[in-house]
Amino acid sequence: MRGLQWFNALSAGAAAVAGLPASLKVADGMLGGQPVRFIAVVTDPDNRFPRARTGEVGLLEGWGLAKAVDDAIARGDQRPIIAIVDVPSQAYGRREEALGIHQALAAAADSYARARLAGHPVIALLVGKAMSGAFLAHGYQANRLIALRDPGVMVHAMGKASAARVTLRSVEELEALAASVPPMAYDIESFASLGLLWETLSVSQIEQPTADDVARVGDCLLKAIRDVDGRDLSGRLGASNRAASSHVRQLLREQW
Amino acid sequence: MTDLLSRHSFVELGARQRARALLDSGTFRELIDPFQRVMSPWLSRQGVVPQADDGVVIAKGSIAGLPVVIAAIEGNFQGGSLGEVGGAKIAGALELAAEDNRKGIETRAVLLLETGGVRLQEANLGLAAIADIHAAIVDLRQYRPVIGVVAGSVGCFGGMSIAAGLCSYLVVTREARLGLNGPQVIEQEAGLEEYDSRDRPFIWSLTGGEQRFNSGLADRYVADDVAQLQQTVTALLQQGVPAQQRSRQAEHYLARLNELDASPHIDAATVRALYQGERS
Repeated sequence: MRGLQWFNALSAGAAAVAGLPASLKVADGMLGGQPVRFIAVVTDPDNRFPRARTGEVGLLEGWGLAKAVDDAIARGDQRPIIAIVDVPSQAYGRREEALGIHQALAAAADSYARARLAGHPVIALLVGKAMSGAFLAHGYQANRLIALRDPGVMVHAMGKASAARVTLRSVEELEALAASVPPMAYDIESFASLGLLWETLSVSQIEQPTADDVARVGDCLLKAIRDVDGRDLSGRLGASNRAASSHVRQLLREQW
Repeated sequence: MTDLLSRHSFVELGARQRARALLDSGTFRELIDPFQRVMSPWLSRQGVVPQADDGVVIAKGSIAGLPVVIAAIEGNFQGGSLGEVGGAKIAGALELAAEDNRKGIETRAVLLLETGGVRLQEANLGLAAIADIHAAIVDLRQYRPVIGVVAGSVGCFGGMSIAAGLCSYLVVTREARLGLNGPQVIEQEAGLEEYDSRDRPFIWSLTGGEQRFNSGLADRYVADDVAQLQQTVTALLQQGVPAQQRSRQAEHYLARLNELDASPHIDAATVRALYQGERS
């Protein structure tokens, strides 16, 4: 519910955008006197797709996010887009695979990337889980990533039980490794050490943000919008825990 | 029979041989080749033996005289999973190809996708690299085609299935599988009733290359034959960027999904009829 709480708090008084799946919250509001579009994926207990009822990014969500972002691009005013991220996973299900959930998520990533290339500052605000395919579709194409400091805020490629099964380890072994290998860890501090976040900040009540929390986060979002100085993701490179990513690019350029 | 005997399997080739087979004879030039030993900095400490190319081959050359960069994933190393180095090789190559185009050099890209997605031993750095790959495909695609090929036998899953969905064109064979979530993970997360990972005919019927092509989620369906793949990729490169990207058809797909009765489990024929109608 964090995603919905933060969406409601940040978009108070904003105009809701209609014509989208019920699992998406989209509104055009103001931030520091500037028009912005807020987008969140939320739970929908009545979702027609049963595997996408608790906030997962599924078929309707992927295509719906694409529509919501395309609509912002079509306005032509390069308004900033704020993706509020609290997504437990992509939807895991038979219907999803059969109907090409990969293509739905591609559509969402496509739209966010094109918005960024078209000059929209795209900011992702991580208030809960940002897991795997769900995060790739909703947030990871942003110019700037901001995370709240909280044990419930985490980025990862796969839930622990499944990751253990796929790598033929026990959950305990996986946790032990995660403690010493930063990219395997589930906590936001380890993630921050990879250099992918632009900013982290603490709030007093992450589940039910206070007026002060909302003001501080809003201020941080504005700073991030003003900080956007390019249209690519190069701002994420440079951390020592991600040195190989820079080294490989340098070698490619030399040998190109 | 003559036809079968004259075929040369593409699926049986390794990543480097595949790239070489697609490029014009004598034009293959590998970047960061295995002798430079740029390996994963994360695998050894977890007791996994790293590989000198980290399972990704980047090759420049030409196809029918057109400048091309190929990124080929080696499905035999760690299931074709992408870690920091392999992911950065693909993202960096696509970024340089886009830069070429901004300078008037018309570099195209071909991605040979045999991958389970993120390498879980490098989890968040694999995921970040895949986000970079998505960004770079969308950028390059504005200028020149990015062609994805899923030949088999690993298939294309996870975040890289999203990359496949972003390509200008997608080529599949009968040996290909394409899906977001691997069967084991779906079974783990949703239960055996939802998805039986050991029921191979069932999984192929939903996610195999033929089904993906017949439901409009791939652009070309070709035999596992080097010459046919080479001809298909060449023709697509010459065709230039498509009029309409599949990943930009939100209204169309939302409308189709709204027509679907989502309560029962669905089969392959339902998907074909829903998405493709006239073609199936």
